[in-house]
Amino acid sequence: MPDSGIGAAVRRKEDFRFLTGKGNYVDDIDRPNQSYAYILRSPHAHAALGKIDTGKAKAAPGVLAVFTGEDIKVGSLPCGWVVKFKDGSPQHEPPHPVLAQGKVRHVGDPVAVVIADSKAQAKDAAELIEVEYKPLPAAIDMNAATKQGAALVHDAVPNNVCYDWAIGDQAQIDAIIAKAAHVTKIDIVNNRLIANAMEPRAAIAEYDRGTGEHTLWTTSQNPHAIRLLMGAFVLQMPEHKLRVISPDVGGGFGSKIFLYAEECILVWASSQVNRPIKWTAERGESFMSDAQGRDHVTHAELALDKDGKFLAFKVSTLANLGAYLSTFAPAVPTYLYATLLAGTYTTPAIYAEVKAVFTNTVPVDAYRGAGRPEACYVIERIVSKAAQELKIDPAELRRRNFIAKDAYPYQTPVALAYDSGDYFTTLDMALKSADYAGFAKRREEAAKRGKLRGIGICSYIEACGVAPSAVAGALGARAGLYEMAEVRVHPTGSITMFTGTHSHGQGHETTFAQVISDRLGVPIEQIDVVHGDTAKSAFGMGTYGSRSLPVGGSALVKALDKIVDKGKKIAAHLMEASEADIEFKNGAFTVAGTDKSTPFGAVAFTAYVPHNFPHETLEPGLDETAYYDPKNFTFPSGTHIAEVEIDRDTGDVALVNLTAADDFGTIVNPMIVEGQVHGGLAQGVGQALLENAVYDARSGQLVTGSLMDYCMPRADNFPSFSVGTHATKCMHNPLGVKGCGEAGAIGAPAAVMNAVIDALGAVGIHDLTMPATSEKVWRAINGRQAA
Amino acid sequence: MYDFKYQKASSVADAAKVIGGDSEAKLVAGGMTLIPTLKQRLAKPTQLVDLGGIAELKGIKKDGNAIVIGAMTKHVDVANSPEVKSAIPALADLAAHIGDPAVRNRGTIGGSISNNDPAADYPSAVMALNATIVTNKRKIAADDFFKGMFETALGADEIVTAVSFPIPEKAAYMKFPNPASRYAIVGTFVAKTGGNVRVGVTGAGPVVFRWKDAEAALGKSWNADALKSLSVKADGLNSDIHASSEYRAHLVGVMARRAVAKAG
Repeated sequence: MPDSGIGAAVRRKEDFRFLTGKGNYVDDIDRPNQSYAYILRSPHAHAALGKIDTGKAKAAPGVLAVFTGEDIKVGSLPCGWVVKFKDGSPQHEPPHPVLAQGKVRHVGDPVAVVIADSKAQAKDAAELIEVEYKPLPAAIDMNAATKQGAALVHDAVPNNVCYDWAIGDQAQIDAIIAKAAHVTKIDIVNNRLIANAMEPRAAIAEYDRGTGEHTLWTTSQNPHAIRLLMGAFVLQMPEHKLRVISPDVGGGFGSKIFLYAEECILVWASSQVNRPIKWTAERGESFMSDAQGRDHVTHAELALDKDGKFLAFKVSTLANLGAYLSTFAPAVPTYLYATLLAGTYTTPAIYAEVKAVFTNTVPVDAYRGAGRPEACYVIERIVSKAAQELKIDPAELRRRNFIAKDAYPYQTPVALAYDSGDYFTTLDMALKSADYAGFAKRREEAAKRGKLRGIGICSYIEACGVAPSAVAGALGARAGLYEMAEVRVHPTGSITMFTGTHSHGQGHETTFAQVISDRLGVPIEQIDVVHGDTAKSAFGMGTYGSRSLPVGGSALVKALDKIVDKGKKIAAHLMEASEADIEFKNGAFTVAGTDKSTPFGAVAFTAYVPHNFPHETLEPGLDETAYYDPKNFTFPSGTHIAEVEIDRDTGDVALVNLTAADDFGTIVNPMIVEGQVHGGLAQGVGQALLENAVYDARSGQLVTGSLMDYCMPRADNFPSFSVGTHATKCMHNPLGVKGCGEAGAIGAPAAVMNAVIDALGAVGIHDLTMPATSEKVWRAINGRQAA
Repeated sequence: MYDFKYQKASSVADAAKVIGGDSEAKLVAGGMTLIPTLKQRLAKPTQLVDLGGIAELKGIKKDGNAIVIGAMTKHVDVANSPEVKSAIPALADLAAHIGDPAVRNRGTIGGSISNNDPAADYPSAVMALNATIVTNKRKIAADDFFKGMFETALGADEIVTAVSFPIPEKAAYMKFPNPASRYAIVGTFVAKTGGNVRVGVTGAGPVVFRWKDAEAALGKSWNADALKSLSVKADGLNSDIHASSEYRAHLVGVMARRAVAKAG
């Protein structure tokens, strides 16, 4: 057996090209006779569009064309999910034009595109476009936007409410809360985040007049979905004439899932000017055009009995959608949020209502964790607050309410059924690793140095591996969420695997190759994984929601099973044995009870050079495709523990310890998993302490429009992380895997904020909103109102 | 970036001639502020005069009781200089924490003080150490150099050639950085030189200033506790999403006390 199978910390195959500068990102690609696009964007949050005079721009040097919303009459950017109002009526779905029509609705809304021989010429010409804006009052604050008389982002959407949705029985929950021994209440802001992938979005579109084929290179997490959405809904282009390629992509975190206006504009315009067109976002454009994340305001109430058992949980959330419905936006604060509100606990009754609100801000959609971090934050903050109010140790309160180890499958009151888990063990691991027992001593020691020290626990759960198509469809998804894998065994036994998932940092080229190596006994060097090209992989739904291994890996196992089945037939023929007697292991087919053996490579060769082959019953070749539709979500879980020290004089919060104990089911590559956890934790800490997208409440200008003001976490913001795993296998997929891509970003915010609030407890503070910036903490300590 | 002419000056006189004859021309030292400004199309100079080729503007030397740093000396070279580390360790420490490694390897002391960003680190040291700014025309005292936000005493064809820092008995710099940009939200430089105490404060106001009450208190007793009852007024201080003027005023005191403690 090669030592590159499941469980081996194999070094990443893709890293050689990345570390030697041989990565191939969209902006690295140049097409012959390429031109460049520059998008002119709205400087206003909300304005009526008057005349747009493009005359001077069109006459500027090097300009090929200038288009506005008047020129590009194509379909609206589609929304992939429908959520219903409480009364069953569907969400409001106002049009989302690729270039503004009649109005601009956020700073950065695309107004015109200039195509020129060079990027500088396109930009120069864009300054010559004269746009008449009639500024309108803007709806910026989400709460104010729902009130009577607020400015309307879309005239046809009353009170800016896209939908007002609920799950659960409100009357039942209210009755329980009214009689409960104790009710903990909390008000929470889940701050808006900007993903800031290291690689900004970019695209190149090329049209071949000879064949009528369009090719789009784009920084997407799901090229097949882009082709489907763009072709079917926006440009009315059949799939066989539209090829979408997502080559190496430098991080997505959700922000590269969605179909964006720029991609559609480029594909449309490249056939107008009959030249390839390239567009690469500048960082400032990324800030005002990449879909943003989170942005919830929530009130929650948790009813407990006298022993601290949870009786009922009631949650009311306002979710900001920004100016338009981004591709999956409606699902994030509903089916990816409220269905997780049981958390890791046996809370028997849950009610949640979610009002989704349009505002004159950049659209909000899935960002690492998407709905689940928001759910986790509400639960884990209120549980710690209840523990503090009832003077029960927060670890003990969690333990008292955890779903028992032998209770699986466990049906929650909010639709999901957990298949497996063990929250006790990961909690205990984390407590031990964080030396929870020794905390009191550390707090005392810190106090001597004038520091406030706090510790915070978060026992999260998430739903990953999205998703059973029938369930998703019933909940309003307009797409299926299965995955495809093709395993192409070549004549001399090397293998190319094609997947519909997409790697933009996750290391799929290694992880999937390990699964193949493990199952077929082929050395990993002889296996390549191909992704990101609609002309290569038959189909696929891309990568998000920690789905690649649970769903794509399951498709791969199915395809591998087919390869082995066919191989057995060939081997039986070669060894003149019955197929039923053929066994496959360690890379060889053997006849049970004999010493007869045929290596995998010989079977592959026979499949392609079929001189001695059962032609009557079998086709030549060894190439199998499988589609896998998941039977359920997967449910990674675990406990994160953070420890902070607060400088009383400045309010500065230093994260001094961060521990994660996670259950991801089977782990294929522990090194890659550890990297995923580290990255997720970094983003979670960023949300808790540093990151915050701020809009000017009146003008709607994005105040944090650059990295000078939007604070991304850096290495010196972190201690060394302590991470570990404990596996309970997923019960419904063949590898037993649960997914690990989002866990860190889900668990860390509540762990860190619980630690901050624990530290501030010493000075009588029991609440604080994210991010815990130094001035905010200083004001809290000194009893000052917010600035 | 808009189009501009670019030229590498062969001497200070050469550079002065160009900027003296063209008010839209700009000097480029390390370019750490100018280049991003150009890239964002926020400036449209007719020509850039690059000072990078003038050898006499680079280097650090001890001159009697002062450390003289050439205007085109990079932050990293000040941070690593044995002369600075031994004579004014607080200045080496300040330089070692400007911006990020990329900035420190391009940015220069002359560029920094000529730009006079209200949140730049160097102006606090120039003030507290009572440095002399040497130009192609004259010598300017620190108190006369920093005029206002991004505004200095430099004339149209005047170029900083060096900064001369008297060697103090005690000095330290404490910065409370903006977590995003790492510029100073508040930076306080305290120094005792020839028995005189000066406290330079950057980041807090529209331009670097001396905290004279603190100087008087520390002149009587060089001790962090001497500052305990003192405070800076918030009126007129900078205020933004990262720090209100009230918070900045508070931080001036905290950073000053910590700087005194650090200076020993």
